[in-house]
Amino acid sequence: MKLDLLTSLYVFMLAAFIGFEVIRRVSPLLHTPLMSLTNALDAIAVVGAIILAGESHEHRALLAKVLGTIAIVAATSNIVGGFLITDRMLRMFKASGPRKQ
Amino acid sequence: MPTEHIIEATYLIATALFILSLKWLSSPATARRGVFAGEVGMLLAVVGTLMYHGIVEYKWIAIALVLGSIIGVPLGEVAMTAVPQRTALSHAFGALCVTLVGTAEYYLRTPDVPPFMMSVLSMEIILGSLTFTGSLMAAGKLQEILPQRPLTYKGQNFVNLGLLAVAVAVAVALVMHPEKMQLFPVIVAIPLVFGVMMIIPIGGADMPTVISLLNSYAGLSAAAMGFVLQSKLLIIAGALDGASGFILSVNMSKAMNRSFANVLFGAFGQEQASGAAGGAEQARSVRSATPEEAAAILAAANKVVVVPGYGMAVAQAQHKVRELYDALTKRGIDVKFGIHPVAGRMPGHMNVLLAEADIPYDKLLDMDEINGEFPQTDVALVIGANDVTNPAARTDHSSPIFGMPILDVDKARTVMVIKRSMGAGFAGIENPLYYMDKTLMLFGDAKNFVGAIVRELASGHE
Repeated sequence: MKLDLLTSLYVFMLAAFIGFEVIRRVSPLLHTPLMSLTNALDAIAVVGAIILAGESHEHRALLAKVLGTIAIVAATSNIVGGFLITDRMLRMFKASGPRKQ
Repeated sequence: MPTEHIIEATYLIATALFILSLKWLSSPATARRGVFAGEVGMLLAVVGTLMYHGIVEYKWIAIALVLGSIIGVPLGEVAMTAVPQRTALSHAFGALCVTLVGTAEYYLRTPDVPPFMMSVLSMEIILGSLTFTGSLMAAGKLQEILPQRPLTYKGQNFVNLGLLAVAVAVAVALVMHPEKMQLFPVIVAIPLVFGVMMIIPIGGADMPTVISLLNSYAGLSAAAMGFVLQSKLLIIAGALDGASGFILSVNMSKAMNRSFANVLFGAFGQEQASGAAGGAEQARSVRSATPEEAAAILAAANKVVVVPGYGMAVAQAQHKVRELYDALTKRGIDVKFGIHPVAGRMPGHMNVLLAEADIPYDKLLDMDEINGEFPQTDVALVIGANDVTNPAARTDHSSPIFGMPILDVDKARTVMVIKRSMGAGFAGIENPLYYMDKTLMLFGDAKNFVGAIVRELASGHE
């Protein structure tokens, strides 16, 4: 267990560094899509909610099921809505040059 | 078990795709590929999780996935002008998910929660709940369901920090005695209240910073959830989101010349207090102009820089601005847009609105890129922006916004400002730009005024 927590800290630290390096390069032009995209990716928390809602629990099974189900709804709406709007925004960004028809 | 390995493989690939997704977002040319990568990664991870043998019942999962999608579609289809409040709402949903899972995890595991686990679980709960109510409040203010005016009272910071301190103290007690179940609701409830209190003093112009900060909190709470569930995928996604929000918060606070500590404690909005500009209410004269005059000046220019602000978004003027862009470009005039990092209500807000109006993105320039060009600019046209063009930020040490980086529109040969009236901007600060000899005030609604200029240009001398 101890080792696992330590590993988690290393994973977090490395991911944060990667995040800084990658996201620093995102042009300010795309900061709004950046926020909606990271929001959609962040909704990967749905994975934890799915396991919570689907696993069998000896105690407090109802609590786990109810909270897990609501959590899935919240995260899924972020996934669907987040990817949809990010793509809609990015489709609007066009370079100049040959004007569109 | 082979299934176990397949699940781990989907998580590993999803992690790589998430990082690539953000990497591809660095340029508009590859950005859509980035969204696709994110979608594939998400799908893989969700399908992988559904294969997990511990899941005994699928009914509620299926219902929740369908219901979430039904809610998600309209949230993805909102008008571009509603993107700031949509973003705030999605931070609230993300935080809600994290808080609910954290709460359930506590009640399932107690009393057997090791200290480190209880610490990250408390962090998940505290950050999650304050982000939930904070984001709902922000969304309410942006949607104008709640008053946009900052509400401040004496001792506000003391009350807020006090609340947070109590929550942290209770969390510490829980770390030492995880079996004290009656304490747990306290670390859910206090941050919920704190989230509301944190946003009460926030005014509209501070929203870009606040949204970025809430974004960062949402990411960090998800990462904490990853620690609790021992999910590397979640830790990484949360860290990426947290880093993104952090970078944006720092950008925004720099663009408003606020210290980072100021951002971290959420104590924005009240330092303009009584302002230094109080006595300067002499009847200084401004020059105003009609659409015809403005059109004539624009038609004679070689180089025009448009500076949009929140006023353009409020008036929904971006499509008229695009018509103006077309009309001027057709005459061979070089038209560019100068965009301040905090223009609008969230990072990148103006870019999205202008891109929606079909203005090519290579004409949308960042503050640092455009500022060198103002001395060679014939006309700087300010549409619904105020404080970000205030030259007092450069010169007047007594000004509350002194030191804030601004767009140097006053260096252009002629400045035209479209504005409803002479009222001061968000910070309540006089803008000396309006009294300069080279400045022409164009009083009126941004959409109507730009429309009138376009008509003049069309009917005028071809």
